[in-house]
Amino acid sequence: MAEEKVIKPGPAGYIPQPASFLGVDTPPPGKALLYGEVVDEEIAMREAAKAMLTRRNPTIFPGPLVLWGYNTSAIEKAKAVLELAMEIPNCRIIPMPDYRPKYPKINPEAEINPNHPNLTILHNKIEACIFVGVHCHYANLSLRMIRAGTNCFTIALCAEMGHEDAMVSLRDVHADDIRRFRDVVVEMRKELGIEWEPKMPPENPSLPKEEWTNVSPLDFGEYAYLLLPRKGEIVEESE
Amino acid sequence: MVEQKVVDPDYLILEAPRERKFITGSQAFAEAIKRANVDIAIAYPITPQSETMHLVGDLWAQGYVKDYYRAEEEYGAMSAIAGAVRGGARAFSATSGPGLLRGLEAIVSWPGHRIPAVLGVMTRVVNAPLSIQPDNVEIAYLLHSGLIVFHAENQQDVFDFTLAGFPISEKVDVYLPVVVATEGFFVTHAKGYVELPPEDMKLPPRDPYKAPVPPTDCEIPPARIQRDAPVQKSNFMSYLIHAVWQQEVWSANERARKWINHYLGGLIEVVNPKAEVFIVASGCAAAQGREAQRYAEMEGLNVGLVKVRSIRPFPTQELREVLKDAKAIIVPEHNIVGWLCKEVKAVIPNGDRVVEGPRVYGGMTLPVELIMDEIYKVLGIKKEKKTLV
Repeated sequence: MAEEKVIKPGPAGYIPQPASFLGVDTPPPGKALLYGEVVDEEIAMREAAKAMLTRRNPTIFPGPLVLWGYNTSAIEKAKAVLELAMEIPNCRIIPMPDYRPKYPKINPEAEINPNHPNLTILHNKIEACIFVGVHCHYANLSLRMIRAGTNCFTIALCAEMGHEDAMVSLRDVHADDIRRFRDVVVEMRKELGIEWEPKMPPENPSLPKEEWTNVSPLDFGEYAYLLLPRKGEIVEESE
Repeated sequence: MVEQKVVDPDYLILEAPRERKFITGSQAFAEAIKRANVDIAIAYPITPQSETMHLVGDLWAQGYVKDYYRAEEEYGAMSAIAGAVRGGARAFSATSGPGLLRGLEAIVSWPGHRIPAVLGVMTRVVNAPLSIQPDNVEIAYLLHSGLIVFHAENQQDVFDFTLAGFPISEKVDVYLPVVVATEGFFVTHAKGYVELPPEDMKLPPRDPYKAPVPPTDCEIPPARIQRDAPVQKSNFMSYLIHAVWQQEVWSANERARKWINHYLGGLIEVVNPKAEVFIVASGCAAAQGREAQRYAEMEGLNVGLVKVRSIRPFPTQELREVLKDAKAIIVPEHNIVGWLCKEVKAVIPNGDRVVEGPRVYGGMTLPVELIMDEIYKVLGIKKEKKTLV
């Protein structure tokens, strides 16, 4: 490990250079990135676990690839994320459900948005976080803005090739790998002498309880007309 | 149509047996498309750009390309490419000179939209007076938009760069369009030997779900951004998202290096790495530079060649390393502005070592003698003018 960490918690400045401009590349298969250096996965996992266990307000940000249950592997991955969250004391889950810019602004307690992710980080004083199930492009935008303007320790559990701008980046991460990381968290927790009984993270207090009774076409705004059949139109098939 | 089986890109590009054919550059483009499992080709195929898109149209008629869309003009063609790719298709188009510039607004938006496509560019001048001859000044217009830009020396490069362009373009950590540029006429209309893998093999189909962005959805950026431009509203966060978005495009461009090394054997090719004088060239100028290097070697002069395959990403570190002990660097080009010369000067120390030229333009050929004259000059050799070989 180099003496000077290339990628470390910020704030890194007004508009810092992206990690790839500093010579950091995504890790090769079977390896991980730790502060911009290629290391064994185990080493990166331990450092990530330590950050989530010792820094303030640890939070997991699940993205659409985990939240929306596209397929069985996504559902399994979502279960693994919950199992991981249960093992991290006082861990919160704040979703990144989509990538739409939302104006006038998001509710930072309810969600994180890639167009201004630092609002959620700063509002909730989050000092360690995990991105999982976020499409790489949007994860990279978020990780860069968080490193620029906050002191948050970022961890990317990427299903593809990884993220240079996270302090810890694991690649090819699927449900089994998340459970492997969960085991490292438990091991590290014991090493640090932190007592904790696994339990579900708290309900997101800002989101009203979904009862599936109050969905209205009006929720779809200007697109509502797409939901409504035109006069005389009979829709026989749908995807 | 020959029945084709899907094979691994590494096998098709790097390992499959090859057979030598004598074909034009346009045919080389078409042979690559035949093996690239292309879903849709879209173009406004004017004459006399080249026959590339006509040949690709013939591939559609034979069944190798699933769909072919003839647009109303280049802006429509390049916009339709963006739509098709965002919808999950693998797409190819080709254009040149004025057509390229007409489509440029759409083309330079592809990187930001993360559009993995391959675009052939047969250079032919953009400026008045009108010319339809080889002159690659239009490549200069492509260098600052985030596109990956390859410059092919000959018909073999056209085939190799185009076929490899698809897997490079579609890597999740890259996901940018690839431009394969080459000189019109000299390469597109002339024949050369090309080693081709079997035509009964093709790349795997594009998997649009293996991507850094979701497939088309008008509720997510950048589509939404185009519609109501929310990130351009005036507050600090909006500027920051735009800034990091641009950073992401150029980061992706950087990440392409390893895949270019993997599929094309490096961003540059070096002949005689211990040379005293180097010729640095791309495209057809590299072919003439290769001849000049050979002539110089025959005369006992210590001259090397650096052929630049990839203009974006630019081989900064590679050039610094190869040229660190060079006494002089000659940059022959087929354009008046010297875009490659400027690039080389910008990345190496002691830029006064760079000889700005020789340059030809407007469709002129680049005689080897012009390059030899520069070699003699920098080595202090006085020569009687004579015909070489």
